[in-house]
Amino acid sequence: MHQNLLKYKNYRYLKLTILLLISSVVLYLTHNEAQPPNGGTFQGYILGIISTFFILLLTYLGIRKRKYSSSIGTVEGWTSAHIYLGTSLLLIASLHAAFQIGWNIHTLAYFLMIAVVLSGFYGLFSYMHYPRVYSNNNTGGSQDEWLQEIAENDEIIKEKAGLCRGNIRLFILSALEHTSMSGKFHSQLRGKDSSTVKMQADSKKLISNKNQETVINVLSSAVSNSLNKEEAIALNSLLSLFSRRQRLLKIVRRNLQIKTYLKVWLLFHIPLTIALLAALIVHILVVFIYW
Amino acid sequence: MGQSYKVIIIGSGPAGLSAAAQAAQLDKKNASSSPTHLLLESFSQPAKTINQYQKGKHVMDEPSFLNLRSPMSFKAGKREAILGKWIDDIKQNNVNIQYDSEVISITGQHPDFRVTLKDGNSYSSENVILSIGFQGNPRKLGLLGDDESNFMRYTLEDPDEFDEKTVVVIGAGDAAIENALGLSGNNEIHIINRRNEFSRAKDGNLNAVLSAINNKNNDFYCHYNTNVKSIGLPDNKGNGTIILDTPEGDKTINCDCIIARLGAIAPRKFVESCGVNFPNNKPDSIPDLDNHYQSNVKGLYIIGALGGYPLIKQAMNQGHDVIEFIHGHEIKPADHPLLEQQFKLLPYVMDAQNILDLYQQKVPMFKRMNALAFRELIIESTIVIALDSLNHQEVQKTEDNARATGVDKLTKLIKAGDKLFSKGDYSNSFYTIVEGEVKLVVEKNKSFTLKSGQFFGEMSLLSGRPRTADAIASEDCILIETPRRIMIKLMNSNDEVADGINTVFIMRALQSAFKPNLSTKEMTTLASSIELVEFKASETLFNQGDNGDCLYLIRSGTVSLAQGSNENKRVTTQLQSGELVGQLALMGNPTRTHSAAAAVRVEALKITQQQFLTLIKSNTEQIKTLQSDLSLLLKKSHSMASVFEATQTTRFLLDQGLGEATNALVIDENLCVNCDNCEKACAETHNGISRLNREDGASFAGLHIPISCRHCEQPHCMKDCPADAIHRAESGEVFIDSSCIGCGNCETNCPYDVIKMSYDLPKKPSTLLWVLLGLGNGPGEDQNAKITAQAKDKGKKAVKCDACMEQKGGPACVRACPTGAAIRISPNEFAELVENR
Repeated sequence: MHQNLLKYKNYRYLKLTILLLISSVVLYLTHNEAQPPNGGTFQGYILGIISTFFILLLTYLGIRKRKYSSSIGTVEGWTSAHIYLGTSLLLIASLHAAFQIGWNIHTLAYFLMIAVVLSGFYGLFSYMHYPRVYSNNNTGGSQDEWLQEIAENDEIIKEKAGLCRGNIRLFILSALEHTSMSGKFHSQLRGKDSSTVKMQADSKKLISNKNQETVINVLSSAVSNSLNKEEAIALNSLLSLFSRRQRLLKIVRRNLQIKTYLKVWLLFHIPLTIALLAALIVHILVVFIYW
Repeated sequence: MGQSYKVIIIGSGPAGLSAAAQAAQLDKKNASSSPTHLLLESFSQPAKTINQYQKGKHVMDEPSFLNLRSPMSFKAGKREAILGKWIDDIKQNNVNIQYDSEVISITGQHPDFRVTLKDGNSYSSENVILSIGFQGNPRKLGLLGDDESNFMRYTLEDPDEFDEKTVVVIGAGDAAIENALGLSGNNEIHIINRRNEFSRAKDGNLNAVLSAINNKNNDFYCHYNTNVKSIGLPDNKGNGTIILDTPEGDKTINCDCIIARLGAIAPRKFVESCGVNFPNNKPDSIPDLDNHYQSNVKGLYIIGALGGYPLIKQAMNQGHDVIEFIHGHEIKPADHPLLEQQFKLLPYVMDAQNILDLYQQKVPMFKRMNALAFRELIIESTIVIALDSLNHQEVQKTEDNARATGVDKLTKLIKAGDKLFSKGDYSNSFYTIVEGEVKLVVEKNKSFTLKSGQFFGEMSLLSGRPRTADAIASEDCILIETPRRIMIKLMNSNDEVADGINTVFIMRALQSAFKPNLSTKEMTTLASSIELVEFKASETLFNQGDNGDCLYLIRSGTVSLAQGSNENKRVTTQLQSGELVGQLALMGNPTRTHSAAAAVRVEALKITQQQFLTLIKSNTEQIKTLQSDLSLLLKKSHSMASVFEATQTTRFLLDQGLGEATNALVIDENLCVNCDNCEKACAETHNGISRLNREDGASFAGLHIPISCRHCEQPHCMKDCPADAIHRAESGEVFIDSSCIGCGNCETNCPYDVIKMSYDLPKKPSTLLWVLLGLGNGPGEDQNAKITAQAKDKGKKAVKCDACMEQKGGPACVRACPTGAAIRISPNEFAELVENR
């Protein structure tokens, strides 16, 4: 049955990680006065090797995830291990560094590693939190279905708009034309609605139609002073169509926002990982060259 | 008093013409001064039935594996071309044909028959060949208003007579299909098929009708599983109607014309007046014939459709052969070499025909089958022989030699003790034991042995469920292994075989459900009294509160149990084939505590209180088992009913087809991060084409059923695959092999839209090149891939999920999910899935 990746195989990798952490601490405590804790001691080397191996192993997830025919474990297992072993690095690498901090390449690598792990934590939070939010937002439907419904809704709006007087018709069509669904990355992230509408057909000025509110306000006041019965009926159904449109756009925009949330952390996690790998190589070279 | 002949042939259809032409050939060879044969035709032209075919009809030359053996020529082509060629052939061969000569009686006996015509003339002959076909004796609807009229027709000669009309064509045979196709284009066509597939049609027709149905631009509709309820003759404005009984309820179609093509019935009275016996009183019964097509009246032969062989090529071959027999030449039928191959590895020094006769006698169910139909069954089946290792080695050599000569179908050789199939396999061929024994091992200590003449495999054939036992062939055992498609066809056309299989199915099903201690005779009596009932999807078996007087044993499909009234219906349990429904009513409380409905099409055995008592009285031990099963079911069902959400979820899953699924992809929305790695994995492991659409598909309460194959128990896609390209692996996966011809039937037939038609996609740059140089679209299906000319040439082929049957480690979609959101579940995990939520 379905199992959350933290609980994978009855917490297999959590158990492994705890064992590993205890061993690392024990190893660290074997430092004595003759040889105080340091990256360069025997214990320090072991911890350093473990850390390096983990970093490489964790980075390999990016490749394993795309090796679709591979039957070495499942991607879920790899990801579960990725999370726990990644977390364990916070302690193991700190032990390796023996909590020494300075203005040098070694500390840079250390802090990059911390940044990668922290960005991973945020990613994990997103993975644990947002799927439920996304599912609730969709109430059984899917993004494609909403978009399809919006397109169909818009067709009916155009048809009904044809029954209204000229300026209202042009106003409605301009509202459709200037609806912004997604926009740039940052507005997706903020779930911002930058939809606009032209109040007068001949004016160049676009005013905000955020959340379709302007158009709904205009339509609702137009219903009460419509020219004839036919137009009144059309305006009334337009009002209902725009209300639905408002709701659909909200769902779609929120979906895009959540999807962005689910991805945005990778924009930090991956580049930071690459920077970490670079710093790590320099760290190792430096240690061996200037030994 | 007319002339005397060696043979008089009555009826100049393909069989009669071929016989007469062969007789003429022999006359020529023997340099007879006058013809020794006479061909009598009641019509003014030869081949009346073919003359009445639709104008321009494409006549086919099935079956393709058979060679034509006749002085008359015949190749697939237009009706007119074929008739024209035959008229030439009649002249060229000097056939002694006499038109407008309707025969009214055949009297006397061999070698002195007297054939009397309507005009009073009569001829004497040593032998008579009846090749009169069905002579336009159509089967009627049997409803009020079914008399032949302009509105209600039984033939269609010229489709051009119709333009922009609505025509309802009834029937699923070749004639119905051809009429429907002939009328399509200019008219709106509704074709009424009382079954769910066109199993009787020739391959060519099958392809054409399905592509017409599949073509969305065509006003061509097929109503499956539909019967005609009534017809409304046209009113004074000319508007007629037809009311159909469809799985979705009654449907009325306003139409201009109804064409019923329900086949024809033999002109039995006339044939019987000649002294010929029929085996039974069924309307479709055909006379008993020997291998030389001779009836019980010596010297009187029957060939062609009247003899049970409606295909032109077969009829023509029979015409040729029967003349050879009459002239004392023992020749083998044209399909003889095929039979010889089938029997090649058998340890007999016997002619193939004799083996065939022997086998037919050995199996009671086939004994009374028409010898020629049995012959066809054997040709379509495989003969399996199980030998001990010593003999096996020896025969293996013969096999290797035969294979080396390029024979494609040979006796199948296995080792004694080998499994024919294993418990849990999804194979579905049907086995008949001709010699030796087969042991069926249900459990470790529970097995039974079947002997010569018995058959097995009917459970999987009828229910679509995996095998319920291991089947182990004993030494020197010989079996007939018949493919599912052929067996279904046979059951549809032969009531005796259908009844035989059904009865044994019922007996074995009762045996496994109730373990009664009854004698075979008692069981047979009981089994034959049990009614087999069928429910359409969503039809109710019974309602809560009803007074129950029977229980159901499910034979195929899934039944859902629910509590509560309509608005507040809570689906609590789903039951599958082999399980009992409604037993509580007979085991305590007679008032139904649940309502039961068919989740998909269901077939079930209806067992009355009386029958139930007979069964359990004979083995009181079993009552305990039944009781404990029932209490378990009740416990489960009540616990489910107490959780409203769970009942809603069960209902949703059943609506999504999980009731008939054997392996379905279920995504937990609360875990899915929308990464589409499942889809990408699918495409990357299946030639770049994803067989899964994650985002589409329905969701409910956090469960999402994506568009992906459910590997149904009775796969909808498998019916009507003309190339027979869809198979079920023994491990259950339903897959399409490379013989797909791209007709799109499976795509149409799949209720879950999981099959798509697709071109082969070109090979993509590797993922590494994508990462480093940005080449290609990266992992996943390339929506903008450029289709190569070669792929276009090959055409679109059907693609669907094969549950990664050839991948190590199982389905790639599940293996590639980083969060554990995607899983595949089998029916027994279904309840767990719901309970865990």
